[in-house]
Amino acid sequence: MSVVYVLWLREVKKYLRSRVQIVASLGTPLMYLGVLGFGLGSVFQRAGEGKYLQFMAPGVIGMTVLFTAMFSGIAMLWDRQFGFLKETLVAPVPRLLIMIGRTLGGATVAVLQGALIFGVTLIAGFRPTSLLAVPLAFLVIALIAVIFSALATAIGSSIKEMQGFQMVMNFLVLPLFFLSGAIYPLEGLPRVLGALTRVDPLTYGVDGVRGVLIGRTHFGVALDVAVLVGVGVLFVVFGAWRFSKIEA
Amino acid sequence: MSDRPIIRVQHVVKSFGTVTAVNDVSIDVQAGEIFAFLGPNGAGKTTTIKMLTTLLRPTRGSLELDGLDPTTHQTEVRRRFGVVFQDPSLDSELTAWENMDIHGVLYHVPRQIRRERSETLLKMFELWERRDDFVKTFSGGMKRRLEITRGLLHTPKVLFLDEPTLGLDPQSRNQMWTLVRNLNKTEGVTVFLTTHYMDEADRVADRIAVIDHGRIVAIGSSAELKQQTGTDSLEAAFLKLTGTTIRDESATAADQMRQVARVWRR
Repeated sequence: MSVVYVLWLREVKKYLRSRVQIVASLGTPLMYLGVLGFGLGSVFQRAGEGKYLQFMAPGVIGMTVLFTAMFSGIAMLWDRQFGFLKETLVAPVPRLLIMIGRTLGGATVAVLQGALIFGVTLIAGFRPTSLLAVPLAFLVIALIAVIFSALATAIGSSIKEMQGFQMVMNFLVLPLFFLSGAIYPLEGLPRVLGALTRVDPLTYGVDGVRGVLIGRTHFGVALDVAVLVGVGVLFVVFGAWRFSKIEA
Repeated sequence: MSDRPIIRVQHVVKSFGTVTAVNDVSIDVQAGEIFAFLGPNGAGKTTTIKMLTTLLRPTRGSLELDGLDPTTHQTEVRRRFGVVFQDPSLDSELTAWENMDIHGVLYHVPRQIRRERSETLLKMFELWERRDDFVKTFSGGMKRRLEITRGLLHTPKVLFLDEPTLGLDPQSRNQMWTLVRNLNKTEGVTVFLTTHYMDEADRVADRIAVIDHGRIVAIGSSAELKQQTGTDSLEAAFLKLTGTTIRDESATAADQMRQVARVWRR
């Protein structure tokens, strides 16, 4: 376990030391909150859907967790390029422990970043229905973080160039976000779009966080959590398999 | 020195598709020896080290490190060696001490021993005063010294040094080899090194193997190689053995091999 701990701690330390990264990563969520949250607020309210900020804050938190967790894949490419990955690959420890340490580290950083954005949404006017719901919401956020951190590990194990990862960000991460229902309700969608939202794991994450924090859910929190746990297990196994195939 | 080789490479071949990087190489290295593995770019030095350090499996032939097969006893073999790769492998966003600590945990060195040995080694390699500084603030020579320090933390029997002095100034190179030689004497660690600096090999190595196009072309002490080639310097002996043609950059060759390997694995 100490191997997992030390690699987890490495990721967390590096995050906490990188103040520039922390501040810079607030940019996109703040833009969504500011521009969409306030810009579309009146339209959303006129459509009888209530306060848009209340609706989209869980979506922006989900987006933050998704982006941060996926960026942990870049950290892996970085480690590959600058050699630290090799140091871990020749160590007398199972690769599974290395993968778990890295993945949990990436997931923790994503949760911390999500917590930061949660604080920002509170300042902007978002109000959960109950403060007691917040710890439960963070459990769902942690599941989202583990899923996408494991996916990032799998992708980071499979590609070697930064440019390749940029393509992944454009063709995977943005669709995951836009199909998740983070910024629009899932009710009444065209059939194809509705089907696509259902195969996106983030949809269940955002729906779960929203269900816990403001009591508005499309699938039900129990189903959301069940899907997230199932996908989480699948992605961790997939990530571990890809990581075991890395050649130095 | 014991008679039993601590490293035994027998008829090893490593191919990446149609490219043969190492071709029927056989070497014995005795415990406590400083063994230099010399060759032009792309000759097969790094591939051999990667096979000995469990990062690659040989296509044919057998390997042994301290009596264990690296292909079947990976974990046990990994405990027995330290390695400084050709490319740096430190985490520059962490301090020197943190890099040492992570290594110690990865190699299951108990906390108390980890601390004591880190202190001893950091002092020996003149890095103790900078232990809490981020590695990104270190010079190239300091980074290399830290990598060697780290590689020795778990008290390995064999230390692999793959071009450890590349890009260092003469003062740093001189200091590094003095320290490595002292360690070899005091701790009895076997050193398997590659370098392009012939003067270094001449100065520190007990025996030298020259590899070219994946094959061993000569093996012996520096004096024996000079005698064998009728030359008066190791550099002249090396050029006589490997020719004067400039080789392709190893990075390109390695990239090509990796590409072939990727296609081959599909």
